[in-house]
Amino acid sequence: MKLTFNIQGGDFTHAGKPSSEVKKVLKQLNVDGKTVKNIVIALYEAEVNVVAHAWKGTVSAEIDENKITIFVEDDGPGIPDIELAMQAGYSTASKQVRDMGFGAGMGLPNMKKNTDELLIESIVGKGTKVKMVNYFK
Amino acid sequence: MKVSELVEKLGLNVFSGHKGLDREMAGGYVSDLLSDVMGNAREGEVWITLQVHQNVMAIASLKDLAAVILVSNLQPHENTIRHSNDENIPVLGTSLPTFEIAGRLYQLYNQ
Ligand SMILES: Nc1ncnc2c1ncn2[C@@H]1O[C@H](COP(=O)(O)OP(=O)(O)O)[C@@H](O)[C@H]1O
Ligand SMILES: [Mg+2]
Repeated sequence: MKLTFNIQGGDFTHAGKPSSEVKKVLKQLNVDGKTVKNIVIALYEAEVNVVAHAWKGTVSAEIDENKITIFVEDDGPGIPDIELAMQAGYSTASKQVRDMGFGAGMGLPNMKKNTDELLIESIVGKGTKVKMVNYFK
Repeated sequence: MKVSELVEKLGLNVFSGHKGLDREMAGGYVSDLLSDVMGNAREGEVWITLQVHQNVMAIASLKDLAAVILVSNLQPHENTIRHSNDENIPVLGTSLPTFEIAGRLYQLYNQ
């Protein structure tokens, strides 16, 4: 099964739609609660990163028998130093975004902590591709 | 303890999500950083915050939180109210600042 969504950069009103849909489907498929929680956290953070930092993007979630593979790809400024970006507390979010409670620099660490596999590829000036895999128990 | 009991005992305002007042609470979480709540709050907790925009409800729903308490007389945005009603997760309010409402909630919950 494959689910796909579009994300518009800067549009915080719809942040959380893909994670909410994916959560619903995983529950229907009786995936264990802890795994669903992990996936929801990671996907929400990945979505918000597109909204907060990029111009536009897509989410595609492929659900198999034993795992979910999520691709979040955006057109955006890219990440010049991924290792630095992964550090807890590192953020380039604007003041406006930080005032909303986003931009704590915990998004990428949350994604790392809540996935079995996390792969980030980025080209500065072009965009970022995130791949996340979670295995079902 | 049910959310309705909190409302009664702490004298909270109910802005929205009335249908969720019989949700059972499982502790509380205090934070204004959304990633912190996303990563660390647990199902059934009551979230105390000063954030009033609708992403609060997106998170409350994704995390299956029992209710949200807005501090210091802050008012929820209109789409926060709408989302709260859709999800049946109450948005509550208090005139007290964070430290005081958190202290009271903690005491009540651990009685
Ligand atoms: N999709 C993306 N496009 C461009 N930059 C990104 C993207 N995702 C993350 N970043 C960069 O990595 C930093 C850290 O990300 P994260 O840990 O999610 O924290 P936050 O989003 O709170 O700033 C961001 O501030 C930003 O500079
Ligand atoms: Mg982020």
